[in-house]
Amino acid sequence: MPVSLENSKLIYRALKACGIRLLSALPETWLVHLIQIAEDDPEVTLVRLAKEEEGVGLSAGAHFAGVKSAMLMQNHGFLAAINGIVSFAHLYKIPLLMLISYRGSFGERDPWQTQGGNVTEPLLRAMNIPYSFLDASSSVEKRIAQAHTLAESSLQPVALLLTRDLMWEE
Amino acid sequence: MLRIDCLRAIYSDLEKCLVVTIMGALPAELQSLGHRPNFFYLQHAMGLASSTGLGLALSLPHQKIVVLDGDGSLLMNLGTLSTLARYKPKNLVHIVFDNESLLSVGGFPTATNTGTDLEGIARAAGIPQTCTVRTVDDFASAARRAISGEGLQTIVAKVEATGPKAFVTDLGLLENRFQFRRHIQSLAAKSR
Repeated sequence: MPVSLENSKLIYRALKACGIRLLSALPETWLVHLIQIAEDDPEVTLVRLAKEEEGVGLSAGAHFAGVKSAMLMQNHGFLAAINGIVSFAHLYKIPLLMLISYRGSFGERDPWQTQGGNVTEPLLRAMNIPYSFLDASSSVEKRIAQAHTLAESSLQPVALLLTRDLMWEE
Repeated sequence: MLRIDCLRAIYSDLEKCLVVTIMGALPAELQSLGHRPNFFYLQHAMGLASSTGLGLALSLPHQKIVVLDGDGSLLMNLGTLSTLARYKPKNLVHIVFDNESLLSVGGFPTATNTGTDLEGIARAAGIPQTCTVRTVDDFASAARRAISGEGLQTIVAKVEATGPKAFVTDLGLLENRFQFRRHIQSLAAKSR
């Protein structure tokens, strides 16, 4: 599977460096290595969800408890989590660090991913969620740290879009 | 059985727990008995009270967490039962007040009114201990046993579809949220 193991490790190390100790996730192809690394790490609690919206509650509970968390999801999972993001994270000022695999963008071969790709950025903008891209290994560490810092200082959801350039090797 | 009588029966047992509730009549009734800093009322995001309880339970394994859920909310996020069952936090008690109704929007019947059995769904999802109670005495003893004991449990309490006239209280949502987090921080400071 041409998902980049090296860049998955890089992302994971950056999350750990921010103090992330709870990760909620729903598997998708680009996230397989990240989820496996988290599963094998005794210092991190990995919570495998049935639906991504649960992750908003998980992260809120962790935040109340003083534990730093992040959410791993596909952009279709972000779509599935929108009500929770608006009516919990926005309403109650909950910091969320959302790592979203940006499927359905340039280079996408799977027809079923393409509509989600079209609406991901417009929805993030409509929801007033600050977002940036993880698109090069050289900037992963800094950008994850910056996203985490902004989420914690602004007490709001912040999104990082995981791009094909970073996650896929072929 | 009235939900407020159930809440009154376990009100003193909730003192040492962290409590997460759903929106609507339930938090209004709990606040009418007396708000406490260890109560968080999730006044929207239906379905996520139990997920929030799981996040708390996994992050604070030595703290008892009580989720006060409802049939309408739980039906919106049935997957939560499979996630709770997957991690089985020993310190989480999941109480579902089932009035078979979406009371706060006019009393429309939910699927539990037409035969859906939430205890059966919880059991089949893998929740290790489940029960359904229909009297205040049975509720109080089941809830007390769960709160003082160990192990994930879902208690379905069948209650009448009645509640207070108004649901808005003078406790601000953000005030509640920041107070709840501060309270947890103060518990952590004390236990150090």
